[in-house]
Amino acid sequence: MDFSSRYGHIVIGLIACSLILLGKLFYIQIVDDRYKTDALNNSIVREIIYPPRGVIYDRDSSILVGNRNSFDILVTPREIRNLDSLSLCKVLKIEPEFLREKLDYYRNYRSRIGYKTLTFLSGIDEQTYVDFSETEYLFPGFHASMRTSRDYPFNAGGNLLGYVSEVNADYIKKHPEYKSGDYAGMTGLEAVKEKELRGVKGYHIYLRDSRNRVLTSYNNGEDDLMAIPGENIVTTIDADLQQYGQSLMRNKRGSIVALEPSTGEILALVTSPGIDVEDLENMGSRYQALASNPDKPLFNRPVSASYPPGSVFKLVNGLIGLQEGVCRASDMESCQQGYYYANGKKLGCHKHPSPIDYQQAIMMSCNSYFCAVFKDILENPKYANTAEAFDAWREYVLSFGLGAPLGSGIPNESAGSIPSSELYNKFYGKGHWRFSSVVSLSIGQGEIGATPLQIANLCAILANRGYYYNPHLIKGEKTEKHYCKIDSLHFIPTVDAMWKAVNCTVAEGATASLAAIDGLDVCGKTGTAENPHGADHSVFICFAPKEDPKIAVAVYIENAGFGARWACPMASLIVEQYLNKEIGTKRKWLENYVREADLMNVEK
Amino acid sequence: MTSKEIAKIIGAYLLLVLIGWLSIYATGHSVDEARSIFDLGSRAGKQFLWICISLCVSAIILFVIKAYLWEVLSGPAYLMILILLALTIVFGSEVNGSKSWFSIGPIRFQPCELSKISTSLLLAHVLRNKAFGSGSLKNLALVLSVIAIPAILILAEKETGSTLVYMGYIFVLYREGLSGMWIMLLLLMVVLFILSIRFPLWVAFSVLSILLLSYYVFIRIHGAKSFKLRRKLRLLCLSVMLLGSITILSTDYVFHNILKAHQKQRVEVLLGLKEDPMGAGYNVNQSLIAIGSGGLKGKGYLEGTQTTYGFVPEQSTDFIFCTIGEEFGFIGCFILISLFVFLIGNILKLAESSREPFNRIYGYCIASCLFMHMLINIGMTIKLMPVIGIPLPFISYGGTSLLSFSIMLFIFLALIKQEKRYF
Repeated sequence: MDFSSRYGHIVIGLIACSLILLGKLFYIQIVDDRYKTDALNNSIVREIIYPPRGVIYDRDSSILVGNRNSFDILVTPREIRNLDSLSLCKVLKIEPEFLREKLDYYRNYRSRIGYKTLTFLSGIDEQTYVDFSETEYLFPGFHASMRTSRDYPFNAGGNLLGYVSEVNADYIKKHPEYKSGDYAGMTGLEAVKEKELRGVKGYHIYLRDSRNRVLTSYNNGEDDLMAIPGENIVTTIDADLQQYGQSLMRNKRGSIVALEPSTGEILALVTSPGIDVEDLENMGSRYQALASNPDKPLFNRPVSASYPPGSVFKLVNGLIGLQEGVCRASDMESCQQGYYYANGKKLGCHKHPSPIDYQQAIMMSCNSYFCAVFKDILENPKYANTAEAFDAWREYVLSFGLGAPLGSGIPNESAGSIPSSELYNKFYGKGHWRFSSVVSLSIGQGEIGATPLQIANLCAILANRGYYYNPHLIKGEKTEKHYCKIDSLHFIPTVDAMWKAVNCTVAEGATASLAAIDGLDVCGKTGTAENPHGADHSVFICFAPKEDPKIAVAVYIENAGFGARWACPMASLIVEQYLNKEIGTKRKWLENYVREADLMNVEK
Repeated sequence: MTSKEIAKIIGAYLLLVLIGWLSIYATGHSVDEARSIFDLGSRAGKQFLWICISLCVSAIILFVIKAYLWEVLSGPAYLMILILLALTIVFGSEVNGSKSWFSIGPIRFQPCELSKISTSLLLAHVLRNKAFGSGSLKNLALVLSVIAIPAILILAEKETGSTLVYMGYIFVLYREGLSGMWIMLLLLMVVLFILSIRFPLWVAFSVLSILLLSYYVFIRIHGAKSFKLRRKLRLLCLSVMLLGSITILSTDYVFHNILKAHQKQRVEVLLGLKEDPMGAGYNVNQSLIAIGSGGLKGKGYLEGTQTTYGFVPEQSTDFIFCTIGEEFGFIGCFILISLFVFLIGNILKLAESSREPFNRIYGYCIASCLFMHMLINIGMTIKLMPVIGIPLPFISYGGTSLLSFSIMLFIFLALIKQEKRYF
């Protein structure tokens, strides 16, 4: 052959390229040990290491949600060989029928399953796991695996925390970074903080011999990837208080919200009836029952339910009246069991001394007084017409954090609703409505809605005398300070009146004396929210102590009648439990009275 | 003498097809346990059917069809395939991201496989008529467009692998008189491209400058063969420098904007910029483990674990070489590659000995095609090339591929066999 011809060059090139291929092959097959598995016919197996999910703590570093080991049996259908089905059933303590069904499924869908590994049994007990692990090599294709599952030391905050479950096909479609077999937070905090809690999966590569027994780490574990545990989360929840609130709320429909006024941190967020932490663990089997329960335990009332605020809203109207200068704290009004707002039309009030001043009106929760205040607000000569005055009023109301979500980061937060003049323009026609058309807003009824969280936030504003921080659940979350458009000066008579409402005697006209706790200076306001669907809701807000308040509470109990009767004692118990860490002996009867009450089955 | 060579080639072909069939059986072996190698429901069974079809077609080509017809038909065939390629872009069905399958009723095939035959035929026809070494620009343009038109259509089908095979025609052109400079230039550009991705730009620039400078000095001292080169040496060096610089500077743009995300990842994995054994690098890593674990002698036929446990994807088609590497080890790989070299070498030898330029050029064409397929496919399984999905000739599972390679080879054998030799 002539190697100097072009033909020769091409042949040389052909041989050279082949030698390069062979050289590399020689290297990886003979020189380099990296790809070696020994002569015993081993194979390399990759095992996913699931990272432990982040722990959720309460404000005092008690664990709200921790982790616990749970054991699964996985199966790779294509690797099943010579299956001794009877002894498998025996060691796993399952029925042969169950195994047969599973195997039929694997056979029918074999092309779709391919070489994937599926969960065969989940949540087996530790003894079964140990028994199976010892005999695992007898069942090629089956593999025991340990993973961590959620553990709940307190029965507290089921709705708040949310549940974790294995991702389904829909979830994977929306979140392509997940693979079948992964777990993810589906609701509540677990869903909101999924990114932090999740951690990063790792894998472990090891060698398996022909009898499917694990031999050694592959490449001394150098190619393994360690799992990175999820981040821990510290919440603002007080686990004891949350649990206590839930125990008080048993057999009642409603919510409790407790805030720390100076920071906006949520101390407790109770919804009732709610999800037990036991349900969270077994959401897969309980979900249907929970979702179809007419009492809606999946509905997180404190942030999602919007009710008319009722009499507690009088505080807002009173403050706006003082700020606008249309009333003074010393103004007296008479009340003859009602207020005539149009010819022959009367908005009723309960029996109480008359005439009364601003503080007494709050203390006794007089309807007439606040109708008069609201009338003066809307008919303020400063504004050209009612609509303009109404919009000015609305601006004030919005500055109390009402009418818009508070940005707590809790899923499904409702905005509540504060009507605007446009609504009435549309309904009555422009210029065809006036104070008498919207009189029920004076006492927090009518076209107005607020969530318990917003009402608790209102209570925090009163406690702070004029500002609030966004309520939040995560400790250290940056929140903004919002001032409402009322001078702190006007809060002095208002807060004093709230103090009197609790701490004066019934004879003096106090409406909430059940909430009085020795040495705590509780300030409160009752509310009775009429609602079109049934009996009135019992509402109460309070904070304590009066100076330098540590806790602000709002309680809503649906269809429970007067605020003073149920919501008021319950809120005061929350305050006492939080500040004194126990209920005084003098008030034990009250605790029992509230706890034993069954208000879910009252007539509607 | 020629009949002996033809027999050698047919022998090598049959051996390769047999190895392929057995390997396909091995990849499916433990998945569908105890299936017969003839079971038409399995891939091995289907491949057997295709082998029978290919052998019949080959026999017809070799013994029945008059060989001169191929040159006569080269033009119309080429046009027809071009139309098919264009139709595929519009109507084709998508498989694994490339839109290169054409279906007529129950039959599905890849026109780009057939296109290699028609392009080779027409190229041989054009080249033998238009002398190439004369330096006529018009001829050069004609020849290049014969190659480039189907290549561009195939690229539009997103069949990057087959397009790369078309680069192999440069060897044919070289044999027919194209200056070797062009191959060197192509190689240089590939090297520069890789260097600029892998290292800072100044490395690529210095390599380019040092190479050119030493070439310049070498020619200055030893003198050039051709007068033309001696005269234009400085101009040549400058233009190569310019071309190289453009390559280096445009690398970043090409790499990040023109290459698809998965192609980019594959290149990154190849160059070791990215270790991603579970993602983009999964195929290659599994393939390396499979081949590497074969050792010198391999694990024995049907005893491979990596391949039968299904760790390597595209096992019976593009990554078939893994099975051979794992089950027969280095010895098996050596034999397989030697068989390919033997086959290609003998085709070249026959082509060289032919008196008909058409036969010679066509022979070079198919040798180039086979060579490119072998180089890219095996190279990809052992991480010498980025992952590009093209079959290993005669070995990989796939009807169109086997049939078209057989047709391609046997047209050449028929041409040689029926060539009139007067002395």
